Amino acid sequence: MSGPAKTIQPKTKRVLGLFGDFDQAFEVIADIRHYKVPGITVEDVTLKSPIEHPEIEEVLGERTCHIPKWSFAGGAFGFCFGFFFLASAQANFLAQPQGGKPIITIPSNIVLAYEMLILFGVLVTLTGFILGARLMRKPSGLYDTAISIDQIGIVIEVGDDEFQPLKDVFTKHNVIEVHEEALT
Amino acid sequence: MSENHQHLTNEQVKDIDENIAWAKINNDVLNSMKNPRKGYWVALVLSALLFGVMIYAEVYQYRNGMGETLLNTSHMWDLYISSFVFWIGMSHSGTLLSAILHLVHADWRKPIYRFAEAMTTFSLLTAGLFPVIHLGRVWNFYWVMPYMSDRGIWPNFRSPLIWDAFAITSYLTSSVLFLYIGMIPDLAICRDNTTGWRKTLYTFLSLGWRGDDRQWRHFRFTYLMIACFLIPLAVSVHSIVSMDFAMAIMPGWHVTTFPPYFVAGALYSGCAAIITLFVLLRYFFKFEEYMTMPILDKVCKLTFVIAMVWTYLNLIEFSAVWYGHDIPSKEVLIAKATGPYSIFFWGMMFFGSVLPFSLLSKAVRRNMKIMFFISIFLNVGMFLERWMIVTPTLSMGYHPQGFNVMWPGWVEWAMVGGSFGWFGLLFLVFVKVFPCVSMYEVKEMVYHRKRTTYADVDEMMELHSGVPGPEAQTQQSGGA
Repeated sequence: MSGPAKTIQPKTKRVLGLFGDFDQAFEVIADIRHYKVPGITVEDVTLKSPIEHPEIEEVLGERTCHIPKWSFAGGAFGFCFGFFFLASAQANFLAQPQGGKPIITIPSNIVLAYEMLILFGVLVTLTGFILGARLMRKPSGLYDTAISIDQIGIVIEVGDDEFQPLKDVFTKHNVIEVHEEALT
Repeated sequence: MSENHQHLTNEQVKDIDENIAWAKINNDVLNSMKNPRKGYWVALVLSALLFGVMIYAEVYQYRNGMGETLLNTSHMWDLYISSFVFWIGMSHSGTLLSAILHLVHADWRKPIYRFAEAMTTFSLLTAGLFPVIHLGRVWNFYWVMPYMSDRGIWPNFRSPLIWDAFAITSYLTSSVLFLYIGMIPDLAICRDNTTGWRKTLYTFLSLGWRGDDRQWRHFRFTYLMIACFLIPLAVSVHSIVSMDFAMAIMPGWHVTTFPPYFVAGALYSGCAAIITLFVLLRYFFKFEEYMTMPILDKVCKLTFVIAMVWTYLNLIEFSAVWYGHDIPSKEVLIAKATGPYSIFFWGMMFFGSVLPFSLLSKAVRRNMKIMFFISIFLNVGMFLERWMIVTPTLSMGYHPQGFNVMWPGWVEWAMVGGSFGWFGLLFLVFVKVFPCVSMYEVKEMVYHRKRTTYADVDEMMELHSGVPGPEAQTQQSGGA
């Protein structure tokens, strides 16, 4: 969908609008999608909510998430590492009292490599989650505890000229509270 | 609607009242962590006392040696391994309720899955005690881990006991992380609504969660992926535990159906334990609005189905032994049914296979007190099952000179009883410090159910923005 070209303006403020329910917040996003706030597009919107709305992607559009790739990489690494680590350990035993059985036993190593596949899959997925969701970072000060209860927040970084039109859209859709902070 | 249905209240029909305000959900759960009923403290003291008995028995065993357990050459492991298998089995409840039901979108699990996940973690921690206790020399606890040749001992990677160590370590790590990740949004709620040491703890554990769409999106995928990892892991863990027996050439153990039989038994005892804890937590924390009768009803039905699977696999095992013409195995089976352990064998059959038929009655399924006792008896059956797998075979192996009937001494029984105290202590402390009902998931459940009774969000968007929603577009194109 083409629209007016986005005017690049230096962002000076971060604004948080709090809404009573998803419907009001989605109406604001619909207005932004229809270019009712010059210079701001839906890609600039961050939605904060107590739950994830089931149709959030229809509202905000598809956004990237690489968790499945992390999981695959972790699982693949775990399997290979599990197998070869054990095989190398078995091959390096100083004594080999194997009773004629192979030194590196494929069936039992596959069982153990399978466990390592899962263990590393989980660990690497968790790593991907922490990095991808930007957890364990110093968060911006713009937050309201009402978001963890029942209110929906929309956070947008705006330039000086964009602030008032955005506030008007917020007000039109019954914003409960607007917080702002200066970007340094 | 029939007259029978008309007099049913919301409490009897709905999994949850969809009109509960989100703020109330937060308040109810947060208050539960501060003001439980007196029963909670009674349970905590009882658990501590039981655990004290275990400590006493351990000290006694330590000072006087393993002989106090009455274990002998034939019965080299008895209640210790039975308890180990029992607690590993119990741990499968969390995987079932969280992971499997999550994948099939059974949203009724949402108010109760958190404590089931906690059960998984603490059951594994309890199970892990038994190999260490069985070592005798507890200070050598690290001997149970198959690390490489520092001690000049080569781990035998063909042994299922080594597989156990790998599988259980992976399962414990994964289930702790699964429990933790699922709690992060709730920990943020706790962070925002508490003070003092609790705020410090929750701030640290919530990792800076702010409920961004980015965080939710990654959270959803992470939870799903770990659920996918956890299901095969849980199946493999109990399959491997079954191989501790099935790969030994002992009469009664060397059975092909052991892995599925063990997995079914694990799910069964896990489900029964969920019912027990469901009733207790509902009472302790006044969770009548969240842990509702219809949800208990569903768990009971699930338990019945799993009980029947377990019964079927049991009968398959008996048939295989009976018609298999392996005389020692057949003799062990006959001895189980008619020998000195027969009362426990038939107790297992009654509690495990006959008692579940009571769950066919709706009146029974919806009676908290009756269900509490039934669930305990189901788990008594499951404990007897594990004992009846181990002891009769060890008392009648292939060598007649090794035949002997062994009854566990007080030390072993004290350890078994004490393990319930240890589990209870961990679990009760957990539910006091962390929310045992998932607040954000209950909100989701309430929100989804409420939405189905109102106009779709798409219609609202169309009304205000003029762009038809996806459903409306589908209908239009279909109509054209």
